[in-house]
Amino acid sequence: MSAHDTTALETHQPGTKKLFMWVWFWLLILTGVEVLLAYMRLEPHLMLILLIGLSLIKSALIVAYFMHLRFEKLGLFLIIVPTLVFCLVMILIFVFPDSLRIVRLHP
Amino acid sequence: MAEMDVDAVAGPAWGGGVAPFATNTKKLGMWLFLLSDSLTFSTAILAYAYVRLSSSNWPRPFEISPAILNATFLTFILLSSSLTMVMAVAAAHRNEVKKAVIYILLTAVGGIAFVALHMMEWFRLFAEGVTPWSNNWGDPLFGGTFFGLTGLHMLHVSIGVIYLCIIAFGFGRRKFNADHVEVSGLYWHFVDLVWMFIFPMVYLMSVNLKG
Repeated sequence: MSAHDTTALETHQPGTKKLFMWVWFWLLILTGVEVLLAYMRLEPHLMLILLIGLSLIKSALIVAYFMHLRFEKLGLFLIIVPTLVFCLVMILIFVFPDSLRIVRLHP
Repeated sequence: MAEMDVDAVAGPAWGGGVAPFATNTKKLGMWLFLLSDSLTFSTAILAYAYVRLSSSNWPRPFEISPAILNATFLTFILLSSSLTMVMAVAAAHRNEVKKAVIYILLTAVGGIAFVALHMMEWFRLFAEGVTPWSNNWGDPLFGGTFFGLTGLHMLHVSIGVIYLCIIAFGFGRRKFNADHVEVSGLYWHFVDLVWMFIFPMVYLMSVNLKG
């Protein structure tokens, strides 16, 4: 295959160096917040929710800017993200009831 | 302008050309692989949470130094290597071959540093009696899930380093084009993304507050 057969598709590259540096900076800040939270002696449930929430924000930043999904056609987003959410919901439906039962076994 | 190019190649309905969903087939394939891989990691992390919930003597062993500082530094290394990978993809698309190869190799160096530091931590834990099948601090499943999760992630990083070296070599010799670099970048950012969940779930939820 020749080296330049598909380059015409991808000549546009939205996102500048400055934008990527900002995303990187915010990812570091959010990581710092997570480490501080770990030492706040919060309730485990609250802490878990906060940590997962911050991690979801971080992964959204990575997927949107570093992995470039924000600048792709909507169709690509629609085959990936709803599929992932659907699969995760199906897994959680089966995990959650039993997990709640286990929590009650250990006070 | 670029979207007009895409329509010219792919047509309004995809007829088996190179660009379904206005991306090339390599990129679509990588996205679908990452979708399945994210489910692998999700189920592994959920299994870890379930096992931890059902245990009555799960340890919280990680002191600020060395474990948490080390893990935070690992996060910094991975995030920075993602930044150099983004720069590599941008340079590749501008056809600055030499710059792109240097950025890809910098990313690979970040990956190697990650694996080396992580391995040192593993050996520190081995010395303290925590292995995949035993644990001096409490439930032996702590060792099993810790090494299982971090090992699966480290395997991904190691494969990523090999992948990046092949891409750097091929792109430097003009065997691969900018799309190959971009697709390898997708894989690398995904490895970074997975660590963003393993770091809080495995380390920050197990911080030793008494120390």
